[in-house]
Amino acid sequence: MFGAGGGTVSYEEIEEVDVILLWGSNAREAHPIFFHHLMTGLDNGATMFAVDPRRSSSSKFADVWLGLNLGSDVAMSNTVAREIINQGLTNREFIAHSTTGFEAYAKSVEPFTLEVGEQITGVPASAIAEMARAYATADKAQILWTLGITEHHNGVDNVLALCNLSLLTGHIGRWGSGLVPLRGQNNVQGGGDMGALPNKFPGFQDITDPEAHAKFSELYGVDLPDKNGLHLTLMFEAMERGEITSAYIIGENPADSEADIEFARATLRGLDTLVVQDIFMTRTAELADVVLPASVGWAESDGTVTSSERRVQRVRAAVTPPGEAWHDQDIIGELARRMGYDWGKPTSEELWDELRSLSPLHIGMSYERLEDGGLQWPCPDLDHPGTPFLHGWLWEDDLGGHPLAPFSVVEAAGPKEELSAEFPIRLTTGRALDSYNTGVQSGGFDSPIRYGDALDVNPADADRLGIADGELVKVSSPRGSVEMAIRIQPEIPVGLTFTTFHFPELVDINVLTSDAWDKKSGTAEFKAAAIRIDKISANAGEGESNG
Amino acid sequence: MSEQSTATISTVTVSINGSSVTVPEGASLKDACGVAGVEIPTLCWAANLTPANACRLCVVEVENSRTLVPSCSRQVEEGMVVQTDSERVHHSRRMVLEFLGSSVDLSQADDLARWSKAYGADPDRYGNSPARIEEEIKIQDNLYIRDYDKCVLCFKCVDACGDDAQHTFAIAVSGRGFGARISTEFDVSLPDSACVYCGNCVAVCPTNALQFKSEFDLREAAAWKPEEQTVTRTVCSYCGVGCNLEMHVQDNTIVKVTSPNDHSVTNGHLCIKGRFGWQYVQPVATE
Repeated sequence: MFGAGGGTVSYEEIEEVDVILLWGSNAREAHPIFFHHLMTGLDNGATMFAVDPRRSSSSKFADVWLGLNLGSDVAMSNTVAREIINQGLTNREFIAHSTTGFEAYAKSVEPFTLEVGEQITGVPASAIAEMARAYATADKAQILWTLGITEHHNGVDNVLALCNLSLLTGHIGRWGSGLVPLRGQNNVQGGGDMGALPNKFPGFQDITDPEAHAKFSELYGVDLPDKNGLHLTLMFEAMERGEITSAYIIGENPADSEADIEFARATLRGLDTLVVQDIFMTRTAELADVVLPASVGWAESDGTVTSSERRVQRVRAAVTPPGEAWHDQDIIGELARRMGYDWGKPTSEELWDELRSLSPLHIGMSYERLEDGGLQWPCPDLDHPGTPFLHGWLWEDDLGGHPLAPFSVVEAAGPKEELSAEFPIRLTTGRALDSYNTGVQSGGFDSPIRYGDALDVNPADADRLGIADGELVKVSSPRGSVEMAIRIQPEIPVGLTFTTFHFPELVDINVLTSDAWDKKSGTAEFKAAAIRIDKISANAGEGESNG
Repeated sequence: MSEQSTATISTVTVSINGSSVTVPEGASLKDACGVAGVEIPTLCWAANLTPANACRLCVVEVENSRTLVPSCSRQVEEGMVVQTDSERVHHSRRMVLEFLGSSVDLSQADDLARWSKAYGADPDRYGNSPARIEEEIKIQDNLYIRDYDKCVLCFKCVDACGDDAQHTFAIAVSGRGFGARISTEFDVSLPDSACVYCGNCVAVCPTNALQFKSEFDLREAAAWKPEEQTVTRTVCSYCGVGCNLEMHVQDNTIVKVTSPNDHSVTNGHLCIKGRFGWQYVQPVATE
């Protein structure tokens, strides 16, 4: 966002906020301890609007739940924008001083009257108007989102649409106000910070920037690539075309986690060489030619991770790893040595100091300073206290030398896969409180509240289809079919179904998920597939269901 | 525009056992005692909870106050003169400890045992067969157990489950007098209640009435050895919030997970994944 990839505010700021838009996020289950801070904000008087097709457990804490049609997020934000503009509630001074592109943006949202918004999103115009007014007139307001925004074929547009709202109102770059993409994995922020992106060096420095390229090439004594690499989705396509013939996968389980999973598995099987480095024999590791056993990142080895609020914190070895499992960095070092580069055996701190010498965001973060509680980037020198919120420059007289923040005109496109007579029901996926991703880790403990992956169906849909709670049904999308149990849930709207994806060995849910993906981010549209539900047999269901 | 521009904080000066102490306005008497180097025994107080004022163990004597006052919740006022070591204070604390010790199993309440000794509490002087709840330990799953014989009704678990942290409200006090219990709604089993197994109630329990199953099993096998345990601070592996975990390790095996009260992200609280989701690190270690 506006030049740096990270949440713009600190968790503690939401405790003092006036208005919260929780958009495409079930933080109550997916980010429970962040939600503690949010609930403190509610206790302190904040008003929350939850924008989500599902009436999730988070939505139940909201003052208003806006149950929009799946994938109508841009239409919703454009309608909110038009209403803010139409009611004269924009922050004119801020727009004039800090932004560019307002006129074109205002023109692009002009067709999104409340009536049009209601028609596309399915949310009553009065609720949209109420949210628009509350957000625009709040002293401090935040928009929070997770994968309900990003896991669409137009995920980047969804994010830009929310950024537009913050620019319209000046809810950015100030204590308490900002944009908060909640990170789903303990170091997905750190991975980006460290340059595990196809177009970035560590510290979000562009690979195509000659100055950055020279700096990194000089330190490492090799001419590094100066062209952007491929992101995951493009890698799979390149594998399919035979352009990538070998892969080295570290700590990822794409043979279970990718959308349109049968395609992903076939592609991995087709590689000449697959090397997998993991702590478990995952489904991906089972496909590998070579498996390199690694130690557990946060419990058996030292290092750092970065959280959603850009807080860099240390992880430490609490137990020694079993058998031949090695620290990831030692495995990589040994591979390099066998390829003819002897890097010695640096400690985690030495590697971190090397990063600090290259990334301006991290210079001030010595291990010693990270000892207790961590620091938030940017932290440009050893006396710098870290940065609770980003983009304060938007309010400075000269914008701190930054270019104006641009409004983005975004198209209100619905899900790629449209409903049809053959596949008339929407499927979306998400997390449950007590489980995590493909279940490799969370499967290790017995949760008394775990129910397995089941398909949540509205009672009216269940009636219409003649299916009972707990009944095993056949669920099909254009890509394949799985058998799974039904869970009748009044919280799920008519026409929509939902399931978690934590038990691929029981329900191979990504057989169903869409093969559409966002050309700008590479992220697949996990959140919107078209499906059909069929009874397995006329008698089986009645016999097995006991309510 | 930013938090850097906070106004100057006013301070208050009080006398603790004759020495003068200056603390920020709004601090508690207990905080002031801490600054003066005076330890205050507590039972129902916790750094990450609102004071419940239930146990009366932290009472101190304030000049010109008719009754003893709970130092955990009473805020400092300019010129207060406080005694923490008077006979009246000792007597009151001793009585609290004796009443609890005579009717509750305090065998795993280490802090209470220390204070009972310090204040010369003798629970046996109320007779050697006092009433006990005498309930079977509730073991419903592999995450935590409930031993009501150890419960002192301090309300910490209720507050951690409620609006001090978790906002789940799965438990409250039911019954009256000696029959009072911490209970789920209609006493249903935990999985049938609103409980989400965050374990924040277990983390704040001062007597081990609520106890992690991993600790309970080791204690049953006489293999719980806190003196041999190391505590290592790290970051949870689930989601991107960045909760700090304290890994309690015995014989290279994780036996318990807590979170530091003073961590800005967690304030000592965790969710089910952070609290219990570490088993995958040692899938066969319980054999």
